[in-house]
Amino acid sequence: MNVPLIVFFVLAAMCIIGAVSLILQRHPIHSALSLIVVMIALAGLYLLMGAEFVAAVQIIVYGGAIMVLFVFVIMLLNAGLEERTNVSKLAGIAGVPLAVALTGFLAAAVARSQDTVQAATQTGATAPTKALANLLFQDFVYPFELTSFLILVAILGAIVLAAPRGER
Amino acid sequence: MVPTHYYLILSAILFGLGVIAFVFKRNIITIFMSIELMLNAVNLAFVAFSQALNKLDGQVFVLFVIVVAAAEAAVGLGIIIMIVRNRQTLNVESVNLLKL
Amino acid sequence: MDFLTQQAAQHADILISLAKILILLFVVLTVNAYLTWFERKVVAHIQSRWGPHRVGPHGLLQPLADGLKFLFKEDPTPAGADKFVYYLAPLLALALALTSIAVIPFGPNPLHFKGHDIYLGITDLNIGVLALFAITALGVYGVALAGWSSNSKYPLLGGLRSSAQMVSYELALTMSVVGVLLMAGSFSLREIIDGQSSAHGLFGLGGIFRWNIFAGPFPQILGFLCFFVAAVAETNRVPFDLPEAESELVAGFHTEYASFKFAMFFIAEYTSMITVSCLCSILFFGGWLSPFPASWTFATYLPSVILLPFGLWVIWDGLRYETIFGKLILPVVGVVITALGAAFLLFPAVNEFIQGPFWLLSKIFFFLFVYVWMRGTLPRFRYDQLMAFGWKLLLPVSLANVVFTAAAILRWGN
Repeated sequence: MNVPLIVFFVLAAMCIIGAVSLILQRHPIHSALSLIVVMIALAGLYLLMGAEFVAAVQIIVYGGAIMVLFVFVIMLLNAGLEERTNVSKLAGIAGVPLAVALTGFLAAAVARSQDTVQAATQTGATAPTKALANLLFQDFVYPFELTSFLILVAILGAIVLAAPRGER
Repeated sequence: MVPTHYYLILSAILFGLGVIAFVFKRNIITIFMSIELMLNAVNLAFVAFSQALNKLDGQVFVLFVIVVAAAEAAVGLGIIIMIVRNRQTLNVESVNLLKL
Repeated sequence: MDFLTQQAAQHADILISLAKILILLFVVLTVNAYLTWFERKVVAHIQSRWGPHRVGPHGLLQPLADGLKFLFKEDPTPAGADKFVYYLAPLLALALALTSIAVIPFGPNPLHFKGHDIYLGITDLNIGVLALFAITALGVYGVALAGWSSNSKYPLLGGLRSSAQMVSYELALTMSVVGVLLMAGSFSLREIIDGQSSAHGLFGLGGIFRWNIFAGPFPQILGFLCFFVAAVAETNRVPFDLPEAESELVAGFHTEYASFKFAMFFIAEYTSMITVSCLCSILFFGGWLSPFPASWTFATYLPSVILLPFGLWVIWDGLRYETIFGKLILPVVGVVITALGAAFLLFPAVNEFIQGPFWLLSKIFFFLFVYVWMRGTLPRFRYDQLMAFGWKLLLPVSLANVVFTAAAILRWGN
């Protein structure tokens, strides 16, 4: 029971509690807050694995920009509590165990493969951010430029979609 | 050290919970958030493998996934705003004009 | 006792960190309180009036009175407010603001205590600057959730405007620092300062010309201006404080918050001011490096030269103060300051140790003074002017700074 394992279990518990809370909460803003907790816990897990730049980017971009967008939209649209549904009760009774079974199969399949993937005994380079940058701008420069186009398209799309009616 | 398959099991559980949320919730925005949860679960698997195989390609791919998720969230929320303008409700079951 | 000392020796690192956290928390909260006193005094003198001067000698106990007021005031919760989020928002703002102090290094040399090297500063992360930006990015939630959960239109509008402003200026903030990161080659704050101590000074001179704002292949003046303006907008201070201005939106996102929850927002705002001042001094102004070149050894006596006369003046002023309380307290404070100044003069080892923190604290104090000075003199931006300024001027200028810095480094090396 070394310290990294304890930290892993704490962060994993935070992730799972956040995800379950996302499902069980009735107001979308509480679901959004639970998702933010999941993302921060995941950033902690990335730090535990030695991926410090990815952890920082996760918090800055996912937690500080994408989820802020979600929270803004929930506030602007004045989203209220979830309404009652008129779907049959059978779907609810049969669906939940089936969904849990799907998750269980996935997890079991992963657990059974534990001998094929061994954890590295030492973490990566001494300057992981520099190595990451080298990789990004040398081997992956083409996808990098494509993602910049993607973001441009997304910005244009969001402006066109959300602009007030008269300004098309 | 934490064995890699612990991370992968956690990733599988998070993905499964994302699927459950996607199927069972009726609010459009919550369904969207469950998609983000699934993307995050996949990110966790990428970083876990990147650490196991001692290569940084997994982390580069995680950066791309985050960027794509940001673009998708922006456009998707724009579409949601339009749907709410037209249907005045956030219940996904009311967006059923194409239903037979 | 033997068991305790044995456990203490085994877990010394954790105990030292815990002690550092508690001391730093206490110091930061005290500095916050006296920053409010300082702001009220300076703004008052700018406006040709006295400011607080009754509650203690020179009004020095005013923060104590304000704190007691915040504790004992009535604390209503608006009807229909979302209780969980309403209580969470100020906690979030305060926790994030106080966490950002953890990555800031306060001095180069460690304290040697019973065989342990205690560095000044709680930790030094490899991604120090990125961690600070991550905390700033999460700070938007405190404002947005506070505005929304109050179930009232002025806080909602104020919260939305304020968080939109914070998100917009975050981009310019992070871009303007990239020039510094290129010149230092690392995200770690200690390494950024160490890079400045050996940088290529402008005109080949040392000392102040080695700081990032003047030094190296491309002086970061543009970067500093962008950073400072964007940081003032991030912390919602004048001239960017429209969302919380009294004549505009009652009090913006914290309208419905009273007593202690308002105090939490207040402390969060002043703590982020302190963090921004620390960042400005570390990233652009050399951190703990002295502006004088190392060969000017007489400059090491500057702390004593400042503290001794100031302490003597405090004693003299205290002895002729009007109230009895002032006549008792001020001379004691003056004697303490004079003793500190004399200690730095007499013990060279202590003087050597205190050089770094002294310069860093002076620079932080200078930036806090600039913040307060702006509060007293500048009018505020209109909201559309504010957003246009952030997106159309600040972001392109900081991007241009990145391009020029990168080109200069490519041409002339680091």
